[in-house]
Amino acid sequence: MSTFVYMTRCDGCGHCVDICPSDIMHIDETIRRAKNIEPNFCWECYSCVKACPNHAIDVRGYADFAPMGHSVRVRREEEKGTISWKIKFRNGTEKDFVSPITTKPWGKFIPKLSEADKPNQGEINSEILYSEPKGLNTNKELPTISKDSFKKGVYY
Amino acid sequence: MPKHKTHYEDCDVLVVGGGMAGTGATFEARHWGRNLRIICVEKANIDRSGAVAQGLYAINCYMGMQWGENQPEDHVRYARNDLMGLVREDLGYDMARHVDSTVHMFDEWGLPMMRNKETGRYQREGKWQIMIHGESYKPIVAEAAKKSADKIYNRIMVTHLLMDENKENRVGGAVGFNMRTGDYYVFRAKTVIVSAGGASHIFKPRAVGEGMGRTWYAPWSNGSAYALPIAVGAKMTQMENRIVLCRFKDGYGPVGAYFLHLKTYTQNANGENYEKKWYEQTKKMVGEYIDHHPVPTCLRNHAFIQEVMAGGGPIHMVTKEAFQDPHLETVGWENFLGMTVGQAVVWASQNIDPKYTNPELTTSEPYVMGSHATCSGAWVSGPEDISPPEYFWGYNRMTTVEGLFGAGDTVGGSAHKFSSGSFTEGRLAAKAAVKYIEEQKAKEIKVSDDQCKNFKEIIYKPLENYTVGRNEITGGTVSPSYISPIQGLQRLQKIMDEYVGGITANYMTNDNLLKKGLELLDWLQEDLENVGAEDYHQLMRAWELKHRTLTSQCVTEHTLYREETRWPGYYYRGDKLKLDDENWHCLTLSRRDPKTGKFIMEKMPVYHIVGDEKKKKAS
Repeated sequence: MSTFVYMTRCDGCGHCVDICPSDIMHIDETIRRAKNIEPNFCWECYSCVKACPNHAIDVRGYADFAPMGHSVRVRREEEKGTISWKIKFRNGTEKDFVSPITTKPWGKFIPKLSEADKPNQGEINSEILYSEPKGLNTNKELPTISKDSFKKGVYY
Repeated sequence: MPKHKTHYEDCDVLVVGGGMAGTGATFEARHWGRNLRIICVEKANIDRSGAVAQGLYAINCYMGMQWGENQPEDHVRYARNDLMGLVREDLGYDMARHVDSTVHMFDEWGLPMMRNKETGRYQREGKWQIMIHGESYKPIVAEAAKKSADKIYNRIMVTHLLMDENKENRVGGAVGFNMRTGDYYVFRAKTVIVSAGGASHIFKPRAVGEGMGRTWYAPWSNGSAYALPIAVGAKMTQMENRIVLCRFKDGYGPVGAYFLHLKTYTQNANGENYEKKWYEQTKKMVGEYIDHHPVPTCLRNHAFIQEVMAGGGPIHMVTKEAFQDPHLETVGWENFLGMTVGQAVVWASQNIDPKYTNPELTTSEPYVMGSHATCSGAWVSGPEDISPPEYFWGYNRMTTVEGLFGAGDTVGGSAHKFSSGSFTEGRLAAKAAVKYIEEQKAKEIKVSDDQCKNFKEIIYKPLENYTVGRNEITGGTVSPSYISPIQGLQRLQKIMDEYVGGITANYMTNDNLLKKGLELLDWLQEDLENVGAEDYHQLMRAWELKHRTLTSQCVTEHTLYREETRWPGYYYRGDKLKLDDENWHCLTLSRRDPKTGKFIMEKMPVYHIVGDEKKKKAS
């Protein structure tokens, strides 16, 4: 599939331009609205569709293998923490799905490490990473392995 | 040519590429380097970039050590078995022993993990995979990187690494351009962590025309993971180990959950189990490896490819049974919506309801990457406590260029990392980079204005090529003086496809084909001096193409060097159609001399750091 933009819904806000991983959503300078400038580099990732506040972007299956008359629509609601999908087949069959996208308020439980506890003296020379070994939840030290058992070559 | 403003940024840790590995590196660097200046540069926008841009429905690498589900040594056995014996076991073990702490953080940060209602543990999809509702996986890890970084630069394509002029073979930063403003950026850095993407679109894809972007791996993964280190003479390993994926036809929708969780299975057009038909033939090629459990990914591909060539296609996934269960049906669809929406679109367009129709499968075009069931990438140092002498030179995940680190697709030899392991490897590289700085290894780095000016001229040359060449002709896309990025890309894909083992050759190549391929790649490389870009977006495409081409040369050199067929189903050396453990149970290494552009190849021993479980039990 590739994305396209409905003329009457797009207000040229540029959210899609900001987010597209492939840099293919651009603002057309004449009509001041967004458009897909390179459909053959579209991964159908839906990042622009999800980001559009006006639901102006939709997708039409790739011309080289997808018959027309289908649709896969999405609504991502960050405040609610859900994503909803509606699939419509060429023959009219419909399927709906809703999934959670987060379990916590956005970003609130992600630590700012510059303000967190500093590493202990000498830990930079150990093998542990931030939050370890506690964060492994094993009540054990970080596993390691003796070099005595190493074997070089074919057999193991 | 318009004047391009130059911006300078001096920093301690420069992370190139803000995908899973890059966000992990940026996050962890702050813990160890409280007062360091940490910068992350990203070609797109880190909220939706890299392979996980559209989300994931599973975390494919989680040990579950807290419940005694798996230990790191089990993962080493699994990965080396899947890659036919050849991985860097030290790197794999190291990633595996840390990956659980990474996943536990994701859980704390709000990533929705599915749980087994009876045990309360993470819901297993298979032995290594756990299921998630991962639509927002990438925005969540991006948030962690943003909180740690001094600055995140979006929409800058890094084209080259800078080198120190005081000490040979030491990195000094990176340069690139902003594809919105056209401005030139110089990042002078004490350490650089390359965490860019592997390579899609170096082999001709099955999809044509508008659908060209529907590759399995993201089209924006342009091999910068490899081109950046290769260009400065870093050693690379296992670059011949490209991967072919068996996936749902046209959309390349994932099959993992279908096989492991929904228990669907494959059969040929006549409803037969075709895999066992090819057992004897495969055994003649690879010996006892076909008896390993689980059967290595490449060998399952091999049976698929042989069956299709013998006329047994199409191959179907039998879904009709599993999809009668409404819960499993939901899992099957949400699996796509969470990570490969395009497959849902294909099925909707072709009225494929897996409840009533068994969908078709296909084998993809080859990809080069270091994080999935394959391990191409840079040759890096392992961790001190578990690395054999040949694999250790001071700093974990440091390449053979001083101060230049790698993570994710960049790192060779550490297969089966996937998203969580790539993030973990970023963390490992970041800690080592901070240690390198603390131990005064980055003193007195000199990056002259001349070096920066030189790169500036090189970077913008495609714009000039276009401006000058376009004036010669009346219009259209045909010029005697320049080729466009898309024209160059299609030439690259055709060469790789026909000479290096792509889809139209049924993954077959040989010594003669590879040598011819190298000749054609050399000419392409020369012609890329004349690539023409009409705007900054096309300038990005031009540099993506240059990175893909350099990666492809390295892949072809490696494929020529390894005189055996180690991974049938990924590719075949028709002149050496057998696995040859006597001569090739080793890792391949290359180094491209930055001055001459010539590749020097060598073998490196493979160390098995954990024993075989069965043999151990028997003794």
